[in-house]
Amino acid sequence: MSTVDVIGAVKRYGRVAALDEVSIRFGEGEFFGLIGPSGSGKTTLLRAIAGFADLDAGEIRIDKQPVGDRPPHKRDIGMVFQNYALFPHLTVFENVAFGLSVRGRPKEAMRKDVGAMLDLVRLSGFEARKPRQLSGGQQQRVALARALVTRPRVLLLDEPLGALDKRLRQEMQIELRSIQREVGITTIFVTHDQEEALTLSDRIAIFNEGKVVQIGAPGEVYERPRSAFAAGFLGDANLFQGAVLDGGVEIGGLGTLRSADPLPAAGTHVSLAVRPEKIQVWVEGLATPGADLNRFKGRVQRAVYAGTNLTYKIEVGTHLLTVFEQNRAAHPLPTGTAVNVGWLPVHSVLVAA
Amino acid sequence: MRGFGIWAIRLYLALLLLFLYLPIAVMVLLAFNQSPLYELPIVWDTVWFQSLAHNDRLIRAGLNSVGLALANTAIATALGTMTAIAFARYSFRGKALLELLLFPPITIPWLIIGTSMLIFFFWIGIGRGLHAMLLGHVALSLPYVIMVVGARLKGHGSALEEAAATLGASPWQAFWRVSLPVMAPGVVAASLFAFAVSFDQFVISYFLAPPGVSTLPVEIYAAIRKGFTPEINAISTIIILVSMGLMLLFARLYRFGGER
Repeated sequence: MSTVDVIGAVKRYGRVAALDEVSIRFGEGEFFGLIGPSGSGKTTLLRAIAGFADLDAGEIRIDKQPVGDRPPHKRDIGMVFQNYALFPHLTVFENVAFGLSVRGRPKEAMRKDVGAMLDLVRLSGFEARKPRQLSGGQQQRVALARALVTRPRVLLLDEPLGALDKRLRQEMQIELRSIQREVGITTIFVTHDQEEALTLSDRIAIFNEGKVVQIGAPGEVYERPRSAFAAGFLGDANLFQGAVLDGGVEIGGLGTLRSADPLPAAGTHVSLAVRPEKIQVWVEGLATPGADLNRFKGRVQRAVYAGTNLTYKIEVGTHLLTVFEQNRAAHPLPTGTAVNVGWLPVHSVLVAA
Repeated sequence: MRGFGIWAIRLYLALLLLFLYLPIAVMVLLAFNQSPLYELPIVWDTVWFQSLAHNDRLIRAGLNSVGLALANTAIATALGTMTAIAFARYSFRGKALLELLLFPPITIPWLIIGTSMLIFFFWIGIGRGLHAMLLGHVALSLPYVIMVVGARLKGHGSALEEAAATLGASPWQAFWRVSLPVMAPGVVAASLFAFAVSFDQFVISYFLAPPGVSTLPVEIYAAIRKGFTPEINAISTIIILVSMGLMLLFARLYRFGGER
């Protein structure tokens, strides 16, 4: 197992900094997700690690060895491309064997290794097929087997599941994760799908405009976003701005919000983020939650029905809150219903604006 | 109504094929006719093929044509493929302009290109001769080769070569084991174009051929002006058979490396 260190990486395209002083340490056997909007630098970082983009400043080390002067084919990496980039003129066997074949491995050893790898991705029996004769999920698995068969030190995945439909993507997520655990390889993957990042990663780095906004375990990054951007990009968030008063934050057009986070001195302007699923909605007179909530009165402006869950837009003062609810009642609250909303102070997360 | 539509399409197709192949069929048929004046009825004979075997002029012209076309195919395909790769994979100063300048030679009449080449070649001292003809043919074929191979390359992008690199293939290995096989259908099609452009070339060859040297199209043209014998039909028949054979062979080969 290997480590990858990115130290102060800078990459500019003209005036635009695709990577702006990025430093991340990828640990041994870690499954690390890079997430961010397009153009945020996540793919550039992946390509820099692979050796397809030269850094303008900073350094990349694999197992503590700087690799800046090594071309991609000497970096001992495995990579799965967005559209798999399977060789169309070669069979499944030849595709997977490619990395061994260019290394001049003997035929017998090659057959054994490729066979074992195809077993691992459950594609035994498909050796003689051409990539075009496979489904999207099967192509994805061939690409994975091809990248892993040389036992590279690092596995790089560029939006590996982006081309698959939703159900297949969920299946492949589980499979990808279990194969990665079995092989135990340090894996760095790029995605713009927040759910995928949360499901797969041991740790996540959120990118914005070439900078790393936040690094941490999925639960940590999701529950404790440190900036408004992180809160809004990974998941949804209701954002509030106001000035600190004793015991809370005074939000214009709403009232006082309490937070469990330590607040700065009174008078300081701060932002608070509240996840839509942390907000409870109840109709006055029916069951009232007893806990000590941030509590407001509002009116349902719109309800979006999505089968398993409901999304409410609720007018509270001059604010429009987004609230997610499990679809327990089977009947969404009609538009115009007067409701109460509330959430625990611990769910008002202090974020940088 | 449906039935009528299908029959109309079939009729149309039949007419189209008739239009394309009837003149050729008549020419081939008359190559086997004994009469030098194209008299009917056809009297079956191979006399024109026999006399062709003794017509040194025509045979020499034919060999010139084939030799030129093969040399042109090899040179233009190699140069054009390299250029197409450079266009598709690298960015450099003036690339857009260079790419744009590829198209005009395709639309400029060959007569004008031929005249300008003749003037230019004399001006810089290349003069006339097989070497000048080859130079002219290569220059004419290059845009076709670059476009055909380029279209194939653009269809794939550089992801395949990058994939090969991550798997440990050196640029050299990646080229021979991935890039070339994948673009092979394009290269084969381009080489056919290059062959056809040269083999079919009249104007440039006519202008740049020195006295006593000629190619098949030039010789056929000269023969027609003199009032020609069915020997021309005979050699044309041989050419048609060879080129159709080649086409069929390539059509089969085209699948190798392809996606279909």
